[in-house]
Amino acid sequence: MTAHAEAPAIPTATTPQRTAAGRVRKRLTSRWASAASLIIALLWTVPTFGLFISSIRPEDEIKSNGWWNFFAKPQFTLDNYQEVLFGTSSSSGRLAGFFINSLVITIPSVLFPLAFCALAAYALAWTKFRGRDWVYIGIFALQIVPLQMALVPLLQFFSSTFDLEGTASFAQVWFAHTAFAIPLGTFLLHNFMAELPGDVIEAARVDGAGHARIFRQVVLPLIVPALASFGIFQFLWVWNDLLVALVFSSGSDVRPLTVRLAELAGTRGNEWQRLTSGAFVSIVIPLIVFLSLQRFFVRGLLAGSVKG
Amino acid sequence: MSFDWEAEAPKMTMLLYGIVAFLAIIGVLLLVLDRVSGRKDRWVALGFLAPAVIMLTIGLIIPAIRTLAFSFMNGDSTQFVGLQNYLWMFAQEESRIVLRNTLLWVLLVPSVATTVGLVYAVLVDRARFESVAKALIFMPMAISFVGAGIIWKFIYAYRSAEQGEQIGLLNQIVVWLGGTPQNWLLEEGPNTFFLIAVLIWIQAGFAMVVLSAAIKAIPAEITEAARIDGVTPWQMFWRVTVPSIRPALLVVLVTISIATLKVFDIVRTMTAGNFKTSVIANEMYSQAFVAGDNGRSSALAVFLFILVMPIVFYQIRQIRRRRQEAM
Repeated sequence: MTAHAEAPAIPTATTPQRTAAGRVRKRLTSRWASAASLIIALLWTVPTFGLFISSIRPEDEIKSNGWWNFFAKPQFTLDNYQEVLFGTSSSSGRLAGFFINSLVITIPSVLFPLAFCALAAYALAWTKFRGRDWVYIGIFALQIVPLQMALVPLLQFFSSTFDLEGTASFAQVWFAHTAFAIPLGTFLLHNFMAELPGDVIEAARVDGAGHARIFRQVVLPLIVPALASFGIFQFLWVWNDLLVALVFSSGSDVRPLTVRLAELAGTRGNEWQRLTSGAFVSIVIPLIVFLSLQRFFVRGLLAGSVKG
Repeated sequence: MSFDWEAEAPKMTMLLYGIVAFLAIIGVLLLVLDRVSGRKDRWVALGFLAPAVIMLTIGLIIPAIRTLAFSFMNGDSTQFVGLQNYLWMFAQEESRIVLRNTLLWVLLVPSVATTVGLVYAVLVDRARFESVAKALIFMPMAISFVGAGIIWKFIYAYRSAEQGEQIGLLNQIVVWLGGTPQNWLLEEGPNTFFLIAVLIWIQAGFAMVVLSAAIKAIPAEITEAARIDGVTPWQMFWRVTVPSIRPALLVVLVTISIATLKVFDIVRTMTAGNFKTSVIANEMYSQAFVAGDNGRSSALAVFLFILVMPIVFYQIRQIRRRRQEAM
């Protein structure tokens, strides 16, 4: 939505360029500035850190004293993870199964939007037909429709038309995620595609290549970075989503981690040994994706977005 | 403690179906398009656009229109009731609290998150460990709202005197300072602010990244000229940095505002909207899927839509302007 087609690359700390902020920073007595940034950094990391420390402490310890005592007398265990992932009692998390549900939901919910949006973006950027700009503006404008506007009727549509049960209902979760992702995805990929050099595509046309071939052989390889940005964005969105999952999935064979965790937080709000380790199980995959592909993710953010 | 792989088999089969369906759809589409490629652009464009447009029509456009219609009907959508659902929204004590809370969220989250993001971006700009420092603030963006809700619920955790030591960091700090521990999330009134803090915590990283990139894009000549004029750091910040990044600031504020209006997961996970903490999106869910009242939930959804609507006009104007400039 933010519509910055020409998102600036993120310069690293070594960028030689002198910037306004750099000057401000230099002029401020840097002791004061360091203290302020340190306080913010602490506020932003300590909560997650505390959760992690708690998740590896024994249950009795978690429940009887604060996680900061870990440093005074460290006690380490993996029992919480063992229990929350594979425990068999009804009160344990049984998160391993939900983890797989999350994967089964996420993979197609990323693939479909990627492909559909890339195709649509190509048509909007590189074919000529009457009303093209209006289709583009229409798709763009749909970004603003909150998905709350679609939930109830779409669910009714599914239950009255298909009545999917059990694992078949994964399909309706995929469908919902794909439909809700298209306005943003098309917009982002279109921005990127429209910037491609026109002569490359013109040259391919002159060689007699049709649009389908140009899309496959010329455009797709060039837009890999944009696909990666949107793919990561969509992955994090779907993996972390609670609302769509609550509405469109039912039963422990389909519901993802987020739904199970929200449930545990509600019904077993004081079982911190399960909540801390469970939360960490749900965080770990997006965190890995995020840390390893941060560059693409940031680029996607800078290209701008409003989702849902 | 064993894991039953067999129970997972149907899910895996389903995943396989999904991927096969994906490959089939894309494969067939590209094959067909190869055939028609020689002809007019219009038909090719239609093929390229078809999947996206079909999904949007079934998944978003038709449902949105139906929601609009439902909002003027009764709970099970059998009778036309006019504006009754909207009147309920503004007249009832409990729904007025929902609107008041949403207002608090949308006033506080964008402003505080943007301020923190901006200050931090300026402070760490060109510092030695800039990329690490930025990653720390940015990390919460990768964490689900549910995960963040649990993280902060743990910070706010409360133990009564009989239960022994405090295990929540906030209450422990209160104890260290000589105060009395509180059950923060049950304190009607202040509890909304404790939930708001969570979204600020998540969104500040987004603000920081976008603003940091904007700050680095300020041309060196401008700052150089200002420096020669002998401005103080304070003046530099207000007269050079902030005006230069105004467009980025607007974008950040608008984006966070929209995300805030739709906040759902945090409230759902931390209080489920109880203790007077509900917001529009949560109330919409509760009305639709707990109370089973489609009329009221639809009216809330439409109201949410109206709140975010001005932004689309602003954005369309921006796009048009850019297109005209490009021509």
